[in-house]
Amino acid sequence: MLLIHCPYCDETLPEAEFAYAGEAHIARPADPMATSDEEWRDFLFIRTNAKGPHYERWRHVHGCGRFFNAIRDTVSDRFLMTYKAGEARPALPAKEGAE
Amino acid sequence: MQVTVEELAPVARFSLRVRDKGVAAVGKALGLTLPGRIGERADRGDLTALCLGPDEWVLTAPEDARDRIAADLAAIYARAPHSLTDISDREISLRIAGPAAATLLSIGCPRDLDRLEPGRGVRTLFDSATVVLWRDGPEAFRMDVWRSFVPHVRPLLEIGQEELAAGL
Ligand SMILES: [Zn+2]
Repeated sequence: MLLIHCPYCDETLPEAEFAYAGEAHIARPADPMATSDEEWRDFLFIRTNAKGPHYERWRHVHGCGRFFNAIRDTVSDRFLMTYKAGEARPALPAKEGAE
Repeated sequence: MQVTVEELAPVARFSLRVRDKGVAAVGKALGLTLPGRIGERADRGDLTALCLGPDEWVLTAPEDARDRIAADLAAIYARAPHSLTDISDREISLRIAGPAAATLLSIGCPRDLDRLEPGRGVRTLFDSATVVLWRDGPEAFRMDVWRSFVPHVRPLLEIGQEELAAGL
């Protein structure tokens, strides 16, 4: 089982308390009526599908209830860092596993 | 018997949501300081506030204090907007106590219970049911279980008790 650090609880807790919630930093177009069909399709469905570090949302659903963001390596399943929702997309940590 | 499980009498229970400046005002109306760290609790007499999330607390008190708490907070609503929801009937509280209490809970709770210090409480999981788990003492836990999950959780605890008693 993965151990995930919740930035709100400030504790590292078992994965069973958390739910995955898709790729992070995907902003809904402010004016959907002004987007083309292709732009709207991209917003809804097109994701980076990264092999390696992936910026993604998680929710501490059986805990504090908050959404937050994480960088997880999709190859090793290692969490590089987690941070609160609303914070700017951080650069990759210098060393893998340097959390 | 290394561990006992008993159902506790009903209490008044509220879900409180408030943030920013409202936190201090609501605390003052309740006569305590709402704890700011998730998992911490504050007590004033029979009234307890446990912090479950960044802007979320659960309040417990004797049943006869219910109306007064609701009235006290309604009185400050205009200047300290908040949400106070009576959830008294939503959950049933089980007390799990004895030297093997943490061992029994570990059959369904994925947390490292050694790190949940006495006096703290958290929302977590017990075999897929969301629960609020309080540690009232080194060997005493309290688990608030949603009513409809009790027929699942209670028999599971009883099976665990029998296994522990049998030395498994
Ligand atoms: Zn959390």
